[in-house]
Amino acid sequence: MKQIHINRIIQCVEKLCMDSNYYLNCDIYNAIEASIKDETSENGRMVLDILLKNADIAKKEKIAICQDTGMVVVFLQVGQDVHIIGGSLNEAINEGVRRGYKKGYLRSSVVKHPLNRVNTGDNTPAIIYTEIVGGDKIKIEIAPKGFGSENMSALAMLKPSDGVEGVKEFIIKTVSQAGANPCPPIIVGVGIGGTMDKAAVLAKKALLRPIGTKSCDEYIAQLEFEVLEQLNKLGIGPAGLGGKTTALCVNIEFYPTHIAGLPVAVNIGCHATRHACAIIE
Amino acid sequence: MKRRIETPLTREDINNLKAGDMIELSGVIYTARDAAHKKLLELISSGENLPFDIENQVIYYVGPCPSSEDRVIGSAGPTTSGRMDLYAPKLIEMGLTGMIGKGQRDKEVIDAMVKHGAVYFGAVGGAGALISKSIKSQQVIAFEELGTEAIRKISVVDFPAIVVIDRYGNNLYDIGREKYAAKG
Repeated sequence: MKQIHINRIIQCVEKLCMDSNYYLNCDIYNAIEASIKDETSENGRMVLDILLKNADIAKKEKIAICQDTGMVVVFLQVGQDVHIIGGSLNEAINEGVRRGYKKGYLRSSVVKHPLNRVNTGDNTPAIIYTEIVGGDKIKIEIAPKGFGSENMSALAMLKPSDGVEGVKEFIIKTVSQAGANPCPPIIVGVGIGGTMDKAAVLAKKALLRPIGTKSCDEYIAQLEFEVLEQLNKLGIGPAGLGGKTTALCVNIEFYPTHIAGLPVAVNIGCHATRHACAIIE
Repeated sequence: MKRRIETPLTREDINNLKAGDMIELSGVIYTARDAAHKKLLELISSGENLPFDIENQVIYYVGPCPSSEDRVIGSAGPTTSGRMDLYAPKLIEMGLTGMIGKGQRDKEVIDAMVKHGAVYFGAVGGAGALISKSIKSQQVIAFEELGTEAIRKISVVDFPAIVVIDRYGNNLYDIGREKYAAKG
């Protein structure tokens, strides 16, 4: 049995919180850079250029890419041969978030009660998804999620007869209605299948898949390609000012579902969709 | 071409601003998000004074990151303006002439802008690190308990923005999208 002390988890989460907020992932940076040459809108090119400059400043000066440093979503994979010592795993994650957000001068954006709305002051609690897997390591992926894009996300319980066309239509409608709000160019995470909650989590996970990686399922990979093409014909463009670059990618994850259902969740991520990952051995 | 404009922003100033104009704004502006707007409207309905005179002023919809010792302010880009739509018409009626944010506004806001004279500027969402460089000072002037959502008086120099909705109701989000949407 491998022993891992919670102090290592706290330190790891603290660092990932800061890193993910300061450093725009290179797949996104490269995709924005590449989109400039295809963008026909002058305003669109100007916005894309600003986004690159912004990422450069954030990296160099170690400040947040965006002031909405998000609610922290954590995907944990804990090896079944790991024994965590020194305290509670969830407490350790939240302590890491608390320290990272304070030390990193990141914004506290969480309210304690959704209706009474008093800020917790330290950006906790995080949303924690824990999966038990084989092995003796812990994989921690941190994804601070801004709400400009989260608020434009949607879920539908389609009928099986709606089929792939119904899925396409729902994704396009969701992005179209979102317009300028989620800070385009966006990353589109889609979850198809499972139950209502499973589809939503799949959509969130889909946002973490790097741009340029296709679904391993050929049919779904083709769907990703077709939907992306359609989205970039909407005309929304960078910052919603008009243009071709509305979405940088469409990532679809799927899961078996019930004979009676076709759940579809669309989780929109902004051009600063942040995530950082580490493995504790 | 960028136009340089200064606050306070008079009705005369905004009459010349058209949707699509790139501007650089300098002077004093005020920050407020929905929590602060809610409190402002409560003050108005109970007949109390606002924490600042709103005539010819500009409100920036932002909740900045905390500032480290060596910075004036942390990352400070615009938040989604739609959350302020419920509150904005009253403030426009009272003399507010400019709003800075991102995202679409509703009909009631645009009607108030046309009727009383106000302009809606878009700042680039998610460019908070870059935008923070144009902010030269900040001071919390009301609702400190709201933390990042408190009202701040900030001074800006060459703050980059674009006129999204002008005082005549022209809307760059609609115009731009129509222009670049693939037909057929």
